[in-house]
Amino acid sequence: MTRRRVQLVSLALVALLGWLVVYPILLVVGAAADGPALYTFITQPGERAALWASVWISLASVALAAAIGVPLAFLFEWLEFPGRKTLGALVALPVVLPPLVGVIAFLFLYGEAGFLARAVQGVLGLERAPWRLQGAGAILLVHAYSLYVYFYLFTRAGLARLDGSMLEAAHALGAGRWATLRRVIVPLLRPALAGAALLTFMTALGSFSAPYVFGGGFRMMPTQIVASKLNGNDALAMVETVALASLALIGLAVLRRAEGDLPLAALGKGAAPRRRPLRSTATRALATTAGWVLAVVLLLPHLTLVLVSLVPFGTWTTEPWPPVLNADNYRRVFSELERLRPLVNSLWMAAATTIVAVGLALAAGWAAVRHRVAWRRVIEALVALPWALPGTVFAIALATAFGVHRPLALRWVLVGTAVILPLGLLVRGLPLTGRALLAGFRQLDPALEEAAASLGAGGWRTLWRVVLPQLRPALMAGASLAFIAALGDFVTSIVLYTYETRPISIEILSSLRLNETGVAAAFGVVVMGVSAVALGVGARR
Amino acid sequence: MTGYLRLEGLTKRWAHTTTVGPVTLDIARGEILGLLGPSGSGKTTVLRLLAGFESPDAGRAVVDGEDVTGLSPARRRFGMVFQHYALFPHLDVGENVAFGLRTDGRTRAEVDGKVAEVLALVDLAGFERRRVQDLSGGQQQRVALARALAPEPRVLLLDEPLSNLDPTLRERTRRELRAVIARVGITTVFVTHEQEEAFDLADRIALLEAGRLAQVGTADELYERPADLFAATFVGRANVLRGATARALGARDGQVAIVRPEAFRFGDDGLAGIVRTRRYTGPAASYVVELDGGTAAEVLAAPDAARPGDRVHLAAARVLTFPEDG
Repeated sequence: MTRRRVQLVSLALVALLGWLVVYPILLVVGAAADGPALYTFITQPGERAALWASVWISLASVALAAAIGVPLAFLFEWLEFPGRKTLGALVALPVVLPPLVGVIAFLFLYGEAGFLARAVQGVLGLERAPWRLQGAGAILLVHAYSLYVYFYLFTRAGLARLDGSMLEAAHALGAGRWATLRRVIVPLLRPALAGAALLTFMTALGSFSAPYVFGGGFRMMPTQIVASKLNGNDALAMVETVALASLALIGLAVLRRAEGDLPLAALGKGAAPRRRPLRSTATRALATTAGWVLAVVLLLPHLTLVLVSLVPFGTWTTEPWPPVLNADNYRRVFSELERLRPLVNSLWMAAATTIVAVGLALAAGWAAVRHRVAWRRVIEALVALPWALPGTVFAIALATAFGVHRPLALRWVLVGTAVILPLGLLVRGLPLTGRALLAGFRQLDPALEEAAASLGAGGWRTLWRVVLPQLRPALMAGASLAFIAALGDFVTSIVLYTYETRPISIEILSSLRLNETGVAAAFGVVVMGVSAVALGVGARR
Repeated sequence: MTGYLRLEGLTKRWAHTTTVGPVTLDIARGEILGLLGPSGSGKTTVLRLLAGFESPDAGRAVVDGEDVTGLSPARRRFGMVFQHYALFPHLDVGENVAFGLRTDGRTRAEVDGKVAEVLALVDLAGFERRRVQDLSGGQQQRVALARALAPEPRVLLLDEPLSNLDPTLRERTRRELRAVIARVGITTVFVTHEQEEAFDLADRIALLEAGRLAQVGTADELYERPADLFAATFVGRANVLRGATARALGARDGQVAIVRPEAFRFGDDGLAGIVRTRRYTGPAASYVVELDGGTAAEVLAAPDAARPGDRVHLAAARVLTFPEDG
């Protein structure tokens, strides 16, 4: 392809991404420069409380997630005990639980009408439920449970990369077990820990489902924004959106610095330390028990969800254990057209947005990495930006940008049409496919393309036979993540959905409102199952 | 002789019935011992047993009269240089070298002084604040050596110390390594699979084969008086001759004859054959002679002793004989 055509294509890409990703944000920032709304935001104590809540809940979530995830990683990476492999994989399962589904699973397990509350109530013979799952504590519980996975996976990966001879060197130099941990292992894990902290912080900051369902009067910024929006106070919602976006960018900058730029890769090609088989029967039993108990506790919400999905409507009232279990709810989900619709909606929207997001990411990688066009940094930043900002921000931004008809300003009324929600999901999926495919393109060996050319293959044939097959792992990984995110999305949906495009998450919410917990759980199980399959496909090499 | 470092029947059994040992060795104070053997012979296992990274199933290790078998690596006061150096990437050169000094209650100035002293010893004075990533392979090797020596260990252990360097650098580094060890006068055990390295660096060599100690001795002893067929063929080049050819050289039935290439001479009588190739190596030439009967023999002789195609006779100045089955 000629230089000129490459330039044209990448220019078009920049324009498209700018229009989709940056333009709406700029419109929001412009709209937020509104005197009365700013005044309200600054003076209302509720606003400051929500902002502060977002900060401290996010930081506390990082601490709690680390407290669970890091020891778990050491347990499964360093000790050898029966069931280690299976449990180690199962423990990562919350990754496939979309936020809203995780939240309702928690509701069924730890909520005031959940299994645990009923059990306690039954044992103690109480009149009412012993507790209510609400407020900051409930949000933190959900966050800790769903976000420890980042620390778990990052720390495990970091430990697996550790050079075993590094630890032996420390021992040979007189360092005991704790000194080695403090002086060698933790410093070497720093990039992994900072990376996990960053991901946890950003996710907690943008978290919407947990504060929405459990918050009650306790507001965090995302729920505050949606509440303002739904109350018709658009101007205030804009100001809040800009405040949340700023918070996210500050967090990103601070934690990026903590990650450090020093590559801590080992110099040699040392192998990871051997897993320690536990010799003494007592410690082995202890580790095994700890592993199983932790795994069961962490998997209990999933199991609860499956169980509740088998409870037919109206059959479970005061008994501690549901008296009837059958597949009635699944029959209803799949046979009633009204209920099948959201499932179909979510599936097609997830599939379509994933395909487009992969296409855009391929174009971005092709232009930015393969051809190293002049504005490659701009392209990479545009692709990554949606990741740095909470979902609420983009939902509000798109609703703002495409709620008026001004063709000359490149704005059309898309709100209320079937286009706007997929567009929102596309923006959310873009950084996931983009990150994977940009990395994939970087690993390509240019010599292979030259070899194909020297063997007489043209541009398209080289792309189809040489480039794409090599990109397949990155493509599949990015696509599966984008698909899962779109399938389980709640925050973008609640702002942008229409009746025609109502997705599963909205249907779960309305089922809950109608007290149809079984149907809600069945939807949750379906989403969980499809996500697990997608993740499995994406992880195949 | 009672050595400074003693290995008494040290044995390690792995799951798949492979056993290393029992290895019994006496190493004198200040002696440099090389553990030589092909890969899988157990030489690294012996070193790791000494360092304390593996625990033996039988036997003990004694230093200066103290049984260290049950001591953790951290408390043995052995210095170790790893094959890939295992330098800490998050610490600079000075911090790497100081790592083992921090724990024993020295002041900051004492630590800095010791670091400077040891770095000077390995010819890296002033390198304290360099990043280890920015060093060449040879410099990394010397930092690893300095780090191991800084806490003044009782014994220095080296795992394939030169295998990570490119060949042109290896000979120089070997000389420097020998000089540093000599200056410190430390009892040293190192592992290598290269005979030249063992010959050059070690006072004595322990030859290992399939987990057992085949022979212990100086380089001369190993080469001149190998204990068995393995020792004879692993150390140095050797023509292994069997059957009628062996008997012609004085071997009895069931024996093999070993002749070093330089022990053959072209003469008027002896084993008859035809020169097939000649390779010039400078002071001498290496010839391959196809003996009558088909066996090929390697001969090291004067560059003008024969030409390819010549019909020659080979006389052996020195013949070693061993039983056929090792």
